[in-house]
Amino acid sequence: MATKAQNRITPLTIISFALVAIWLIIAAFPFLWTLWGSFKVQSDFFSKADWRNAFYGINTIKETGSAFTGAGYHGAWVQEEFWRNVLNTGIVVFFTVVISLTFGTLGGYALARSGFRYAFWILMAALVFRAMPHITLVSGYMLPFFEWNIWGLLPTTIIVLVAINQPFTLWMLHSFFLNIPKDMDESAMVDGCTRFQAFRHVIIPVMWPGVVTTGLFSFLLAYNDFAVTSMLLSAENETMVPAIASFLGTTQVQGNVMFAVAAVVSATAPLFILILFFQRQIVSGLTAGAVKG
Amino acid sequence: MKHRTFLWFILPTLSAMILFIALPIVSVFIQSLHVGHEQVIVVSESCGPFGCTPTTSIDLEATAKLQDEQPLGKFNGLSTYTNRSHLAFQELAEAWRTTQTFGEFWDQVFNLPFYRALIFTLTYTAVVTPMVIALGLAIAVGVNNLPKFLKGPSIFISLLPFLVTPLVGSLILYWMVDADGVIGATLQNIFDDPSLSLKASTALTWVMLIVYGVWHMLPFSFITFYAGLQTVPEDTMEAAQIDGASKWQSLIHVIVPHLAPLMSFVTLMMLMDNFRVFEPIVSFSAEAHATSLSWIIFNDLRESGNPLYGSAGATSILTVIGVVILLTPVLIRTWRDFNRKAH
Repeated sequence: MATKAQNRITPLTIISFALVAIWLIIAAFPFLWTLWGSFKVQSDFFSKADWRNAFYGINTIKETGSAFTGAGYHGAWVQEEFWRNVLNTGIVVFFTVVISLTFGTLGGYALARSGFRYAFWILMAALVFRAMPHITLVSGYMLPFFEWNIWGLLPTTIIVLVAINQPFTLWMLHSFFLNIPKDMDESAMVDGCTRFQAFRHVIIPVMWPGVVTTGLFSFLLAYNDFAVTSMLLSAENETMVPAIASFLGTTQVQGNVMFAVAAVVSATAPLFILILFFQRQIVSGLTAGAVKG
Repeated sequence: MKHRTFLWFILPTLSAMILFIALPIVSVFIQSLHVGHEQVIVVSESCGPFGCTPTTSIDLEATAKLQDEQPLGKFNGLSTYTNRSHLAFQELAEAWRTTQTFGEFWDQVFNLPFYRALIFTLTYTAVVTPMVIALGLAIAVGVNNLPKFLKGPSIFISLLPFLVTPLVGSLILYWMVDADGVIGATLQNIFDDPSLSLKASTALTWVMLIVYGVWHMLPFSFITFYAGLQTVPEDTMEAAQIDGASKWQSLIHVIVPHLAPLMSFVTLMMLMDNFRVFEPIVSFSAEAHATSLSWIIFNDLRESGNPLYGSAGATSILTVIGVVILLTPVLIRTWRDFNRKAH
């Protein structure tokens, strides 16, 4: 029960509210600004004279006749064929998530149910692997992949992303399966199921909340990756993030920075929707590892 | 679980990790012991009306053949590790001998690519991590005191900088601080200095990258601490209040100790993620003023047409050693915990 003393406004409360307010502005403003600016022309969004140009779109009206223009989006999606990169990202992300979760649930379940010492060592190795900067691994892939002629292909990148994803997926699902009572699958085994049947008929029906949460993070890892996709994909198989990076090189020369701005907004939109629908799962996933220790 | 069943369950994930994480580390190590072939040079005499002159040309065929036969390059031992681009022992000793003051020595060290990257990576990690933890805690406490209907939207907004693609997030900030961007241009107007650019000075570039790092990572510590705050026992809080503790005192003496285990978890995750700082340097095109270990590996591999596998491999191995050193305290603690539980 809140008492008067707790609700009294002290300087401390004011400072802490002000801090939250400032943080929320700093967190949200860059996104709103870029979204708004992506519908302007370059001389407005990058206006040396007056930042208010980007707000009102003075030059946009002069050049296009209206305060908003889709020229950046047209340039990125049609002229630079950004839709190809979006499609590639879709393929890479979908298969990475599905395969990671399949491998991860099997492994995580086994680690959660095995009391042997080697299970601990696998988890420790996974922790060290989780800490490896991705680019260090990439430098190990390049030469063999070139030799075997599998460099630049989508399946190669998918399997690499799956592997890089495994340490995290294993830890997450391992701690999730620890929370499913052992009695459930063990009683099924007493009734004559094999270990795999118990997993199939008892564990799979109840594991979906944990799998969805883990899947969200696998999605983010595959979607946000730059180190692996930029080094391992050939130009025609490029996904969104390396495509944006290579936009920068080419478009700045041609004065089409707005293409990159539009592409950046397009790439952020799915994440925005993801957070909108899965906020609760993301928060619980972020804290799952922490709260359990 | 029986060993046999365990093996079948763990097989897919374990083979993925061995094939694509453990073996690449081995492959990186082997690469780092080799160095790319030099081009095969042939000297031929070309005779003209004014006599003969020797000309050197590259024998492309022979070079390609050599490359085909030994794709790794030729064996180089540990020399790549000690050359100027990596540990640079010779240059270090030289700098130590020739410089008078510590500052001068430092300047020389800062010009060596590996140390430059290492210094930035460590500074970035060491500055961003505590700032993120302190600010995250402060904001978590603030949001926890907000009216209920504001909590959800605040968390939604806070998640954006953390979940956005790092390359994209840093680009969004970069465009704002660009000389023509909203913040960059406004700063120029305020200071009335049209040549003021955040990109032109090393110190400001570092500050910019660190600000990005805090912006990007803060939500993680905020969310974790916010979740931790929901589990602070009410009895203890009440007891503290009855004993006359002010809000500040109960924050320091009740809440912070309660969150201490979370802090070590957040620190661990921060150290791992900040140590691999990479994308913002690409987005900010900051390489003239700041490079990180990940970035110099990327740069070696990107060398168009002629990637420096040996050099990238050596830096990678040194980075991996850095990661292991960083993780040692955690690994030792987990090992002790495990043993305590086992006995």
